[in-house]
Amino acid sequence: MDRHFRFRKFIEWATWFGMLGCISVSVFFLVGILGYVLVHGAGYIDWEFLTAMPVPAGETGGGIANALVGSFLVVAVAGLMALPIGIGAAIFINEFPSHGFGHTVRFLAEVLTGVPSIVVGLFAYALVVIPSGGFSALSGSVAYAFIMVPIILISAHEALRLVPDSLREASLALGIPKWRTIMGVVLPVSSRALVTGAVLAISRALGEAAPMLFTAFGNSFWNVNLTKPVATVPLLIYTYATGPYEDWHQKAWAASFVLLLVVLFTSVLTRAFLRSKSNE
Amino acid sequence: MARDSQATFESVERALGGVKPLGARQQVINFGDRIFYVIAKSFAVVVILLTVLLVADLVRGAWESIGRFGLRFLVGTTWDPVAREFSTLPTVIGTLVKGFIALLLAVPVSFGSAIFICFYTPRWLRPVISYPIELLAGIPSIIFGMWGLFAMVPVIRVVQVWLKANFGWFFLFNGPAVYGVGVLSGSIILFIMVTPIITAISKEILLTVPRAQIEGMLALGSTKWEAIWKVALPYSRIGLFGAVILGLGRAVGETMAVTMVGGNSFALIHSLFDPVHSMASQIASEFSEATYSLYVSSLIYVGLVLFGITILISLLAQFLIWKISKGKLALLD
Repeated sequence: MDRHFRFRKFIEWATWFGMLGCISVSVFFLVGILGYVLVHGAGYIDWEFLTAMPVPAGETGGGIANALVGSFLVVAVAGLMALPIGIGAAIFINEFPSHGFGHTVRFLAEVLTGVPSIVVGLFAYALVVIPSGGFSALSGSVAYAFIMVPIILISAHEALRLVPDSLREASLALGIPKWRTIMGVVLPVSSRALVTGAVLAISRALGEAAPMLFTAFGNSFWNVNLTKPVATVPLLIYTYATGPYEDWHQKAWAASFVLLLVVLFTSVLTRAFLRSKSNE
Repeated sequence: MARDSQATFESVERALGGVKPLGARQQVINFGDRIFYVIAKSFAVVVILLTVLLVADLVRGAWESIGRFGLRFLVGTTWDPVAREFSTLPTVIGTLVKGFIALLLAVPVSFGSAIFICFYTPRWLRPVISYPIELLAGIPSIIFGMWGLFAMVPVIRVVQVWLKANFGWFFLFNGPAVYGVGVLSGSIILFIMVTPIITAISKEILLTVPRAQIEGMLALGSTKWEAIWKVALPYSRIGLFGAVILGLGRAVGETMAVTMVGGNSFALIHSLFDPVHSMASQIASEFSEATYSLYVSSLIYVGLVLFGITILISLLAQFLIWKISKGKLALLD
């Protein structure tokens, strides 16, 4: 009995350490990747890198200003397309419950989150690039919007679900029409979670390179015209990282550092945002 | 929830003895309400349209290749742009093999992490421990790819050369070891990328295990691990399986990182060291070189096959996870 008991105790300890090991695997890779990007990228960042245009291959110096502006442009336009669709559909699902339709939309949104980003790129290529006859920033925005819609929809739906019915009923009982109730009571109450979902979608889109390969396409020059190809940061990292020049690799690391900073910063920020909400 | 307010109406109705309260009859009669309803509904319709459009556009884009090769495309082993002959079996195999090896590594690590967070960590400490894992999930794919190419591949190259020198008689290790990029590198980068996803979902699923069942086991004198092994895991096995399938879906569809470290060549694999395309990496790396319409169309056909596989996987995962969480769980990574 005593030996058996000690054996069980031993198993307990062994599994505990094994599981601690599992956690440290993830932590190890996180620290490894963040550290590597920091070491190789941070030193290269200066004002010139952020504000100058790229220089021809082989020359040193220059920056990624056009890609930063391009990324911002493409994602902003995508957000303008995706936000009304995502939040509007979420309002419909939650505030006008219908037996089959709402469930179908929500289900499709969950399926759409699983569509590989490269397939989204092909979709935008077939939908926008082929008919319009060329690569364009707009087609990149369409691809990003397609990635963002299901994320915004699902997070908005979850946010609206949490709004207590008593608030809706109080508003309706005062004789306020349903649409004013939704716009004036339900949305403001859930605004924080809605913003969080939108930021999540934007930060997810910001880091995607695959759908840009055959939509926004990349551009070594300045462009803010939506109908022309445009450079974006993830795409620039891909081009520079797989290129043959040491200087390009440097720039890819520096651009990765900038991208990582933006993406992780938004993630930390939204988290803090959510936590302060749950404390209320 | 508006559904509940409907229930409230019904209970009020019962209390009033069959007299319908005003709200129930006047739900959508206000003019503004009607417009608002139409607008909201049209956005919901857009989501459905987008899905239909996605499938339709892929099929249309791939149509030339579908008409030319049909289902032979799925079982053939030639990809020859010069001879205008395309088929995709080696990439499908390459994709699935990388995905499965990644899962083989990721499943124990993720489950271990999830169990540790759910059952061995005090509630206040849970966010602290799961935070690094969530951060890992937030890193863009392209950065995984870069890190893999410059930091991981050199290490793996050394390991591969050593393995080949000492265990080269074993067929899995009998391949071109000096490249570094290949099945092994691709699988390991995928392992790092899907681990946080599987961990996050299995954590949510393990939290649905009724506390009383585990406490019952502990009260009977079991150790904590015995309670988990004999109660918590069997209770949530379907959902955990769903989490794994979802991880497989992500691994199969992953593009940039695999393009950078998977070693892009079109061939049936024979060993762990062979460089091989994934479906996604083949599309990513060849699309800009596709010079004639049948070539483009064939690449879109590959995309369509990839889409079909990920949709099947994701439907299965949704079903399993939904089954265990009764629809309470939102799948957002």
